[in-house]
Amino acid sequence: MPRLDIKKTYKLFIGGKFPRTESGRSYPINDEQGGVIANLCLASRKDFRNAVVAARKAQSGWAGMTAYNRGQILYRLAEMLEARHDAFAAEMQTLGLPKKQAKKEVDTSIDRLVYYAGWCDKYSAIFSSVNPTATAHFNFSVHEPTGVVAAILPEESPLLGLISTIAPIIAGGNSVIVLASQMKATSAVSFAEVIQNSDVPSGVVNVLTGDGQELLPQMASHLDVNALVIARSDVEMEKLLVASENVKRLIHWPSILTEQDPYKILDAQEVKTTWHPVQESASSGEGY
Amino acid sequence: MTKDWNLSAAPESTSHVQLQQEYGLFIGGKWIKPSDGKYFETSNPATEKKLASIALAGRKDVDSAFKSADKAFESWSKLSGAERGKYIFRIARIIQEKSREFAVIESMDGGKPIRESRDIDIPLAAAHFFYYAGWADKLEYVFPGRKVRPMGVAAQIIPWNFPLLMAAWKIAPALACGNTVVLKPAETTSLTALKLAEVIDEAGLPPGVVNIITGDGSTGALMTAHPTPNKLAFTGSTEVGKQIYKAAIQGGKKVTLELGGKAANIIFDDAPIDAAVEGIINGIYFNQGHVCCAGSRLFVQETVYAEVLAKLKRRMDSLIVGDPMDKNTDIGAINSKEQLKTIEHYLKLGSEEGADIYQPAGELPKKGYWCKPTLFTNVAQSNRIAQEEIFGPVLAIQTFRTIDEVIEKANNTPYGLSAGVWTDKGSKVFQLTKALKAGVVWANTYNKFDPTSPFGGFKESGFGREGGMHGLEAYLAFD
Repeated sequence: MPRLDIKKTYKLFIGGKFPRTESGRSYPINDEQGGVIANLCLASRKDFRNAVVAARKAQSGWAGMTAYNRGQILYRLAEMLEARHDAFAAEMQTLGLPKKQAKKEVDTSIDRLVYYAGWCDKYSAIFSSVNPTATAHFNFSVHEPTGVVAAILPEESPLLGLISTIAPIIAGGNSVIVLASQMKATSAVSFAEVIQNSDVPSGVVNVLTGDGQELLPQMASHLDVNALVIARSDVEMEKLLVASENVKRLIHWPSILTEQDPYKILDAQEVKTTWHPVQESASSGEGY
Repeated sequence: MTKDWNLSAAPESTSHVQLQQEYGLFIGGKWIKPSDGKYFETSNPATEKKLASIALAGRKDVDSAFKSADKAFESWSKLSGAERGKYIFRIARIIQEKSREFAVIESMDGGKPIRESRDIDIPLAAAHFFYYAGWADKLEYVFPGRKVRPMGVAAQIIPWNFPLLMAAWKIAPALACGNTVVLKPAETTSLTALKLAEVIDEAGLPPGVVNIITGDGSTGALMTAHPTPNKLAFTGSTEVGKQIYKAAIQGGKKVTLELGGKAANIIFDDAPIDAAVEGIINGIYFNQGHVCCAGSRLFVQETVYAEVLAKLKRRMDSLIVGDPMDKNTDIGAINSKEQLKTIEHYLKLGSEEGADIYQPAGELPKKGYWCKPTLFTNVAQSNRIAQEEIFGPVLAIQTFRTIDEVIEKANNTPYGLSAGVWTDKGSKVFQLTKALKAGVVWANTYNKFDPTSPFGGFKESGFGREGGMHGLEAYLAFD
């Protein structure tokens, strides 16, 4: 008698744990024959709020790590994904992706993690400045993470979309809450297992599954979310007007699947400029 | 309060200044009368006397300003960076040549002490043009791996606290990057922007590259809703900034916002106290406190609280409030009657909320809009005078014991424009400057500005930077 296989229960990933949605709701995703692949959590606004709390709690610790350390942790994610290469490719094939394409998507995802891992301790050297003021001050400008970032991912390429979006955000010391591809979210939840197993601190990456129409207004309006990344091209910006109410940064990455560059890291950064007098205060003609 | 010091008045002469009775709109290189025929008055807040009539730009005028900017963009954007730069250098030089006239008009129209407009506003405005002029042919070095191009037409709206300087902050980088602009100064302080239009004309800029239109909030709303500009730049209140942000999202326009602040100025017990007291005074009373980055929340470590407070009061007693044109004056006139009302509302509120008010003795001039330098002690974190931007010479003082406590208190605000730290210990300076969520952090100094130094906020203080290499990004498109 053939062995009955064990199906995975796909849940949310919040604060390093895998809770079900507090709403108790689910939605099915199907294979090409119409069979049910999984019942995914239909995350609620409350789930999003919980994720923001976890992300806020984790952010300063993550930003406080050395850039070298963050780089190694991102690289470690690549190592772990490489080791699970075939499993991820197979999982994507159940969603209808041809074998070759599934394999390529995992390849690209791994390489993208390596790419951003390498940027962690370099972007600030390239894009910071020491500013030659006309007064006797030491003056420099550096990038700092904007804080908690929410992101809605592309519908296609569920793994590459997730990684291309979160890698530049977390490389720069932010924490992130993503709403995964709605109908292909299995890859994203499985990658959350990789994250949980890695040295990425709990709460730095949070993964929700569900309906963008339902959650996007909440993502745009939440007062403790500093930036919202729209990593797809089909979102009507009119729906995001509420983001203006707390001057939330809106970042549009319509073609994130094919792009990688350090400017994605900078998109979720703030420039901080620091001044200090150079002369002794007593001998300074002006300044204090 | 001048009488207490018995200083002889040292007024700057206004004889050098040439003002017209009536100003039109500077559109397409010409002075145009407003199509609705509407004008408003601008007056001297220190005397309440009328200075000139200013055109109120309506829908047709806004249209024609954008039309001429759009037309000028075709050739201006194709001009080589080196040639563009030379035009901007010219502007810088002419401002320097006319610096005295600019300074006097700035103080007459806005109420700020002549010493500040002469030594800070005008030289910095000229320096800003000079700085960005030099970038015009060097843009490709700033964004490695990216190809840059001008964005198009920028709509720029500026506030009344640093009128010419804010015009320079907006116009200089926009032109250096190959854009054309329509700029609107604030309703109460149009004059130096209009003088700048004369400078731009004299510099020979092609018609329509810079258009300066005057008006009130209704003109601003027409500008932000207009389909032509693909970039909105705004400096002003967070409240208006949010509306402009909304308009930018609706119109799919790029936007930069430099909004309000409620900066923490933090004094540790190991700080050089006398220098710190000077820094607090400069931090909150500079430009009558009409400064978005003003150090309006003072945090003093408990162990030195009594000493700091005593020295602060003594220093406040010596501040001279009065005629902005007098070179002895430290604190000039409040910019407008409306702003004075707002400040007085907060003074009342502070006392009602249970804080203790202190103001030096002395009399204020009878005519004009004035506010004494003010501090509040016994302030709770939840008091509105500790939470909301007052935009006047009003300081709210709180105390703290530990570093962690003061970091938390300092960051406990929706704003994030600036902050100050006073300590003699280097490692503490860096701990604090890193932990404070603000775009500009002054350590053992305050309220310093420079064209090479990026300025702008975190959180609800806005986004985008003005000044420095980082100020270029706001005015470029990337392929």
